[in-house]
Amino acid sequence: MLVRMLPKLLLPVLALLLAGCETVVMSPSGDVAVQQRNLIVASTVLMLLIIVPVIALTLFFAWRYRASNTDAPYDPEWNHSTALELVIWSAPLLIIIALGALTWIGTHTLDPYRPLDRIEAGRPLAPDAKTLKVQVVAMDWKWLFLYPDYGVASVNELAAPVDMPIQFQITASTVMNSFFIPALAGQIYAMPGMQTELNAVINRAGDFEGFSANYSGAGFSGMRFRFKALDAAGFDAWIAKARAEGGALQREDYLQLEKPSERDPVRWYANVPADLYPAILNMCVEKTKMCMSEMMAIDANGGMGKEGLFNVSHLIYDQPRARGAHATIKGKDYVSALCPVPGAPAPSEHAARLAP
Amino acid sequence: MHEERSQLMQTLFGRLSLEAIPYHEPILLATFAVAALLGGSLFGYVTYQRKWGYLYREWFCSIDHKKIGIMYMVLGIVMLIRGFADAIMMRLQQAIAFGDAAGYLPPHHYDQIFTAHGVIMIFFVAMPLITGLMNYIVPLQIGARDVAFPFLNNFSFWMTSAGAALVMVSLFIGEFAKTGWLAYPPLSGVAYSPDVGVDYYIWSLQIAGVGTLLSGVNLLATIVKMRAPGMTLMKMPIFTWTALCTNVLIVAAFPVLTAVLVLLSLDRYVGTAFFTNDFGGNPMMYVNLIWIWGHPEVYILILPVFGVFSEVVSTFSRKRLFGYASMVYATVVITILSYLVWLHHFFTMGSGASVNSFFGITTMIISIPTGAKIFNWLFTMYRGRIQFEVPMLWTIGFMVTFVVGGMTGVLLAVPPADFVLHNSLFLIAHFHNVIIGGVVFGVFAGINFWFPKATGFKLDPFWGKTSFWFWFVGFWFAFMPLYVLGLMGVTRRLSHFDDPSLQIWFQIAAFGAVLILFGIVAFLVQIYVSIRDREKLRDHTGDPWGGRTLEWSTSSPPPDYNFAFTPVVREQDAWWDMKARGHQRPLQGYLPIHMPKSTGAGLLLAGLSAVCGFAFIWHIWWLVVASFVALIGSAIAHTFNYNRDFYIPADVVTRVENERTRLLAQQG
Repeated sequence: MLVRMLPKLLLPVLALLLAGCETVVMSPSGDVAVQQRNLIVASTVLMLLIIVPVIALTLFFAWRYRASNTDAPYDPEWNHSTALELVIWSAPLLIIIALGALTWIGTHTLDPYRPLDRIEAGRPLAPDAKTLKVQVVAMDWKWLFLYPDYGVASVNELAAPVDMPIQFQITASTVMNSFFIPALAGQIYAMPGMQTELNAVINRAGDFEGFSANYSGAGFSGMRFRFKALDAAGFDAWIAKARAEGGALQREDYLQLEKPSERDPVRWYANVPADLYPAILNMCVEKTKMCMSEMMAIDANGGMGKEGLFNVSHLIYDQPRARGAHATIKGKDYVSALCPVPGAPAPSEHAARLAP
Repeated sequence: MHEERSQLMQTLFGRLSLEAIPYHEPILLATFAVAALLGGSLFGYVTYQRKWGYLYREWFCSIDHKKIGIMYMVLGIVMLIRGFADAIMMRLQQAIAFGDAAGYLPPHHYDQIFTAHGVIMIFFVAMPLITGLMNYIVPLQIGARDVAFPFLNNFSFWMTSAGAALVMVSLFIGEFAKTGWLAYPPLSGVAYSPDVGVDYYIWSLQIAGVGTLLSGVNLLATIVKMRAPGMTLMKMPIFTWTALCTNVLIVAAFPVLTAVLVLLSLDRYVGTAFFTNDFGGNPMMYVNLIWIWGHPEVYILILPVFGVFSEVVSTFSRKRLFGYASMVYATVVITILSYLVWLHHFFTMGSGASVNSFFGITTMIISIPTGAKIFNWLFTMYRGRIQFEVPMLWTIGFMVTFVVGGMTGVLLAVPPADFVLHNSLFLIAHFHNVIIGGVVFGVFAGINFWFPKATGFKLDPFWGKTSFWFWFVGFWFAFMPLYVLGLMGVTRRLSHFDDPSLQIWFQIAAFGAVLILFGIVAFLVQIYVSIRDREKLRDHTGDPWGGRTLEWSTSSPPPDYNFAFTPVVREQDAWWDMKARGHQRPLQGYLPIHMPKSTGAGLLLAGLSAVCGFAFIWHIWWLVVASFVALIGSAIAHTFNYNRDFYIPADVVTRVENERTRLLAQQG
């Protein structure tokens, strides 16, 4: 029964897999994603070389050596064959060697940190080609994109010119997210206090979907944005529009924006200060905070011994952003309470001032 | 609210108040009503039958590995129903929450459900089920009378149950974590998850983790020290080999989980900064540590079922296992390699290309011994006489399903491919493909295979086959659409979708989940029908399938002492070999048998642990101190219990064995 029914059962499955070929991951619009797709196809074909025979043999043996088939040979003590053992260990080994080579090369050429060297297959990058820099901040629960070369920023809408390499610098405001535009390139995590990078290029104009691919809390399902791939003129117009319609994004505005919200409309900002992104990354948008980069520089120079205690209240980051009505964080205040910083606000009033 | 609570209430009840009871949530209320009804009628039934004393003495306090094994299986199946209820709720939500329709589960509820589903299915379904199988079968397979530390075994079981109980309590008092099953910080830190959910998560896993670790130590010692004379390592049954490797993994991996959860607790309870954003905390360290436990955990689950399939395939092909030595080496290689691959769970967290390639390639290398195993089963079937009994159906279903899951797993191990598939529904489809297609199918194969050993009657084959086909077809319907959705760039843990073109796939998946529901119901019916028709399905031989290993040499169910005489092993398939040599059961010369004595200490200690965990969760500090002191005190008091063993008198052994002789003679 099993043998007879299986092909019928597998047929719709094959249909499903074919349907999969039309999908965004299998037909993307950016060169990096295209290469990732090619690697998926190549690896799958390599593995099918062994998977298909195994499934076929399983079903064939199950049918051929069924108990009722007394014509088939029966050899109850046969349990070893050096030749067969060699084959069953070496066949997967060979496939894995091939796949391992593909992996090593593919992982290095498609390393998200590596600057691109081509726009598309057969179109190497011109030495003087311009790169679009975009700084990405994953927030509760929206995306902020800063364009340092243009001084503008946007929420929940990203735009880029077709065929121009894009270099993303990615961080987050509170918890881990993952920055993912399937049509453009693979994802990379967005993490607070840390920066990840992604280099990619979009080859076809269009309006694509981007989102967070790592669960980040209640507003996660709505944490989506549009990625507009525009021609050069369209991109200039988009920047101009941001400049014309955009509000200010000073540090106070950022702290307002940072508060949890869901399904935010697209927004633009003009005149974004150049030091905002480094401050976000170093968790010191509030002026009272010590930047992580400064703390690390102090530590690299041997720290400050007990004097370092004075820094405690400057390093509190999570508490002002805490979610939930009854949020309490214990223990963080008492060190600085013991050692009040001369001239600095006491931790409690400090927290109160930053609280929503 | 909290500000208005008196100091006294705060001291007495900590964070716990009437607000913690979710009486404003109709779904939870209905669940509670059903649970109360079922629990109440069960309680009433047991009381009516006056079975509490029997249950307590013969089961709860029992330190017989067989009874504990069965209790593990019952726990696993009960929790399977809870975990599956979560699954079908998610499938329903995702099938309807499109566009303007928000579905019936708001995010705060949906997010608890997917977290609970993952936690329950791994820790309280898969783990108890495989631990139960190992507990029951391993001592029998190696010719032992119990495990090395029988009391510890009972304690381990109750600790696992106490963890499960805490998860269940979170349904009706407070809430469960809304973080995903591995509770990555900073999200699981106190700043971003201030409520009790993550604390329930931490304490249920910590308490259950103690049980798992001790059970690992126990089975490891049992296999290493208590094998029958003549059973050298390379003559051990393959299931025992896989159990050995699994318990090595448990002993090496679970302390890491305990440690990382301790660090997370310190962050949450006393304000340390191991995994916070501020003060130089590093959430990525948590992710590394949890996967250093988490990846071996996958193999902890799959290795024993590989053993089950090996036993089933050779028994029902009526043929020796092909390539025993290569099977053993494959198992050992997987055991070692499983510690060298953890980073593949977060290629997308920004590691360099060389690091990613290294972990990608080590992951692929695991597929070589796994592939060798598949071939070994294949060539065991070759030139066999295959009987399509229910366990064999599950095995063939596994072979065709698991290789697909293995293939997508290797695909995910290619880092650039993972960049587009990570966290997508493709990943979800992959791990369900290997966990359902591997672990669940294997556990059902094992249950159908060894049920007659445990009870003395076979499981009903019709309902067994019905259950298999519903599960098998249901699995393909439920998870193939998820592969497609993953390729459509749909990510996991979403409770709402905007794109209407996705809906059909979610509806197909929901249909598959309903088929699996029928599979579960058919399994429960199978149990019921088999118990009802037990006289028809009765097996007096103790060896209903023509078994190959020692567990089939004793009666079904085995006597308390398992074997009247310790068997002597000369060959790999010891019982098959004994049958071939015309082995005669000794009929006299029985001696008194030294056995461990039952005790309620395990139940007490686990109960106190659960109370302590509950008090920690709700910040009821006096109760934390009181239950902790009681816990330590009881543990110390138990060490003074010298009344730990007894002898089964020779005439009792004689009576039991003579009865078996009579039944065997009746059989002809």
